[in-house]
Amino acid sequence: MGNIFQNIISKSRKKSPWIVHFDCNSCNGCDIETLACLTPLYDVERFGIVNVGNPKHADVLVVTGSVNHRNVRVLKNIYNQIPEPKAVVAVGACACSGGVFKECYNVLGGIDQVLPVDAYVPGCCPRPEAIIDGIVMAVGKMDEKAAKMKESRSLEAVND
Amino acid sequence: MKYLPEIITALITIIAAPLIGGLLTGIDRKLTARMQNRIGPPVLQPFYDFFKLLGKEKITLNQTQMVYVLCYLLFAIMALMMLVFKQDLLMLVFVLTFSNLSLVIGAMSVRSPFSKIGAQREIIQMVAYEPVILMMTVGIYLTTKSFMIESIFQYAQPMIANLPLVFLAFVFVLTIKLKKSPFDFSTSHHGHQELVKGITTEFSGPQLALIELTDWYDLVLLLGMISLFFAKPFWVGILIALASYFLEIVIDNISARVTWRWMLKIVWLFGIGAALTNIIWLYAKL
Repeated sequence: MGNIFQNIISKSRKKSPWIVHFDCNSCNGCDIETLACLTPLYDVERFGIVNVGNPKHADVLVVTGSVNHRNVRVLKNIYNQIPEPKAVVAVGACACSGGVFKECYNVLGGIDQVLPVDAYVPGCCPRPEAIIDGIVMAVGKMDEKAAKMKESRSLEAVND
Repeated sequence: MKYLPEIITALITIIAAPLIGGLLTGIDRKLTARMQNRIGPPVLQPFYDFFKLLGKEKITLNQTQMVYVLCYLLFAIMALMMLVFKQDLLMLVFVLTFSNLSLVIGAMSVRSPFSKIGAQREIIQMVAYEPVILMMTVGIYLTTKSFMIESIFQYAQPMIANLPLVFLAFVFVLTIKLKKSPFDFSTSHHGHQELVKGITTEFSGPQLALIELTDWYDLVLLLGMISLFFAKPFWVGILIALASYFLEIVIDNISARVTWRWMLKIVWLFGIGAALTNIIWLYAKL
């Protein structure tokens, strides 16, 4: 019985990834492409993807642009507010590696310098299809993450 | 086992109501998408969302938050039970209000300003629609001489014959109760606006799942209350209820949200005005 329930939850996880989109330091090129996914032409709601705008309801954090000293605190704050299991998608060249800003004095680099990234979507800027693809890839890792979440919880129980 | 039929009816209601409510919500999302020229999510999408939220990490911000969510759910189920067993309509309205108040208190119990403003707006909404719902019960009492829902079914004519304006006011209020545009300012369906998610901002994971479940119960209850106006034959009531739900979806898609001042003015002027006119007419007829 418990197994059936787990199966339903694991299937539902793949069918309803809610995203929160954070513009880290982007030139807005990737933002516009990310928002283009929500338009009738691409309509990500077909896959159950909803842009919820509230980290406490979200499953996937979509980040555009590179991290700098100013916004690293905000980025970490948003990530920490998302309940487990959660995934991070880096959209665009800047978010993947720092892009043209790599090794600038005022930039820390790609998102992976700060957060564990699950899917990289390269491009400057990436096409909406590629962004949807990246989110679907990140969602594919959700079960693994849920298992880890359970493991760490049982470890906590042992330590207590 | 004297009460076996009642227990079986109650169990069927508890299981069937969220299934119907969830399906209707799914159809709502699909229709909304089609009206916006999109493909839209599968019809079962609300159930996927629900089960996903159940599997999320359990985060509570204080010890009592979950109690308020459970109150919200249990009182809504209780109100639905009172409708199914044809009990006191006035009591049903109070229980429904109590259910809504639990959510307001839950949203007030955390320190987030988004959640608090959402809760305050929800209170303003209740101030707007509660008089209309109470007038509906008064109108039904004046017609049938009883607050019991049972008496509506025993009355010779359907309620709509005596309460046409009250019915219009109730359909108007339904938009506020279902938190649909133009009156969706306590919690917006699209979370990147001035209030984030308003009253539900600070509820996450299983708590949010329970709130969605309650919304499904509420939807079935409200559509049931609409069908009371057309109690005989029963299927006419259900058809009219579904038609008014479709009307809500259309209104949701063609209107932008209003401010709370506008809502108070509109609902108190037209909602209460229509309901009062109807009741005065009933008095004159007696």
